[in-house]
Amino acid sequence: MDKLLTLLENDSTLTKEQLATMLDKEVGDIKKAICAYEKDGVILGYKTIIDWDKTDREYVSALIELKVTPQCDGGFDRIAEKIYNYPEVQSLYLMSGGFDLALIIEGKTLKEVATFVARKLAPLNNITATATHFVLKKYKDKGVIYDMPQKDERGMFSI
Amino acid sequence: MIDKNTIIPKRISDIKPSGIRKFFDLLNEMDDVISLTVGEPDFVTPQHIRDAAITSLEGGKTYYTGNSGMPALRESIAEYLNRRFSLDYSPKDEVIVTVGGSEAIDLAVRAIVDTDDEVIIPIPSFVCYGPIVELSHGKPVFVETKAEDNFKLTPEALEAAITPKTKMIVIPFPNNPTGAVLTKSELEALARVIEKTNAIVLSDEIYAELTYGFKHTSIASIPSMKDRTILVSGFSKAYAMTGWRLGYLAGPTELVSQMLKIHQYAIMCAPTTSQFAAIEAMKNGDSDIAEMSAEYNRRRKFLVSGLNKIGLDCFEPEGAFYAFPNVGKSGLSSEEFAEKLLYSKKVAIVPGNAFGSCGEGFARISYAYSVKHISLALERLEEFLTELKQGKIK
Repeated sequence: MDKLLTLLENDSTLTKEQLATMLDKEVGDIKKAICAYEKDGVILGYKTIIDWDKTDREYVSALIELKVTPQCDGGFDRIAEKIYNYPEVQSLYLMSGGFDLALIIEGKTLKEVATFVARKLAPLNNITATATHFVLKKYKDKGVIYDMPQKDERGMFSI
Repeated sequence: MIDKNTIIPKRISDIKPSGIRKFFDLLNEMDDVISLTVGEPDFVTPQHIRDAAITSLEGGKTYYTGNSGMPALRESIAEYLNRRFSLDYSPKDEVIVTVGGSEAIDLAVRAIVDTDDEVIIPIPSFVCYGPIVELSHGKPVFVETKAEDNFKLTPEALEAAITPKTKMIVIPFPNNPTGAVLTKSELEALARVIEKTNAIVLSDEIYAELTYGFKHTSIASIPSMKDRTILVSGFSKAYAMTGWRLGYLAGPTELVSQMLKIHQYAIMCAPTTSQFAAIEAMKNGDSDIAEMSAEYNRRRKFLVSGLNKIGLDCFEPEGAFYAFPNVGKSGLSSEEFAEKLLYSKKVAIVPGNAFGSCGEGFARISYAYSVKHISLALERLEEFLTELKQGKIK
């Protein structure tokens, strides 16, 4: 049922009936498969991709690199848990290379993000360095191109 | 002043513009239409293929190629036809790279068809065959395929159309607009009829890579047919390369050498940049075809099941990217149906009679669109049918 996951990953609004038709399955099989995926934590949630720049909402996002001293019990996981529990943190990854953790955070203003880094992140034990990079423009996120032309540029009609 | 009405040869002025010109004009005037009318992929040409073209331009490769196409491309085409369809053609003198499949059709007809020669053309089908035959002073003989035969050309119908004047038989499968296909055994049955004639087969296989649930067979792979078949194909549909205008033909050298003369004087050579892209497509594009074809297949199931559910009977198309449902039960002609649907619900489909008289009562619906787009169109189609029944649509 990998195909089911791929279809849902691209468009979670497809109904179970539509999925069943496209995959040559019974609706019941699709329901069961989705339930099992949700239960096993393969499907973790369903979200909507929104271009907030097209709305009045003010927001700023930043990519923050962290250098961390791993702890003897739990390595990076304990510090990671502390960080991802902050609601401002949208994504958190353990990285190879020049730093250890990368996180993406969102706030209303630059100041709010700066305050979060200075007051909440930097003082955490075991964090040895931070580098904050503000996002200037989102071109593509989760496979979706933000300024994709919506118009079908093909001729209206071709035989 | 020259009287421009009198200088045009009759065979040109007699060519009828498409019968659904009125509908087409109407469509062009309207905004916000949900169109299902397009006969080309909605995918963009895969990036690695575009990159090959860009690299060739950056490298200054902006010259003409040899008339029949770059040797490397002809070799790739021969290798591809062998790999995918078990066909054996010599890249040296049995393949010509053309400006789309359309030029290949034109070359084949112009080289073979003489005054009063008859050319058998199954309909409904792509609209160009008849006019091109007429330009060569030939006579198109249209053979109707039927919904009850799943729009397949039957040996009986073919045999009934054959006369001593039959010079060419067009085999347009997988078919635009019906989505019908011919299996190996069905082609063999046609071959047994064709063997008894002196006719040349023009096999238009532009949709060969878009079949669902089984692999396309070329009529040229039947031993008795190879020597009399001109195979026409191209890059447009399989690799989403419509705008590159690149196709090819393959056939016996005695015929190909004659077609090459026409191509040489009329076209010189196919676009060089497109040829570089096409080499990349043939070498490394199999997985692109598989991905796009799998996506079309999902949409096909979605559309066909949706049409049947709302009461537009639709046989299962097994090739190309069109469904051809019966709209005749509505009591309207194909054109009336399409026009009323366009006016009342802003959904555009192509009336079936655009593809030959026997397409009347049907409509072509393309699924070269996203599932969302198709889904929205189906919703509106259902509303339309309901309101039509209630007499709300005039």
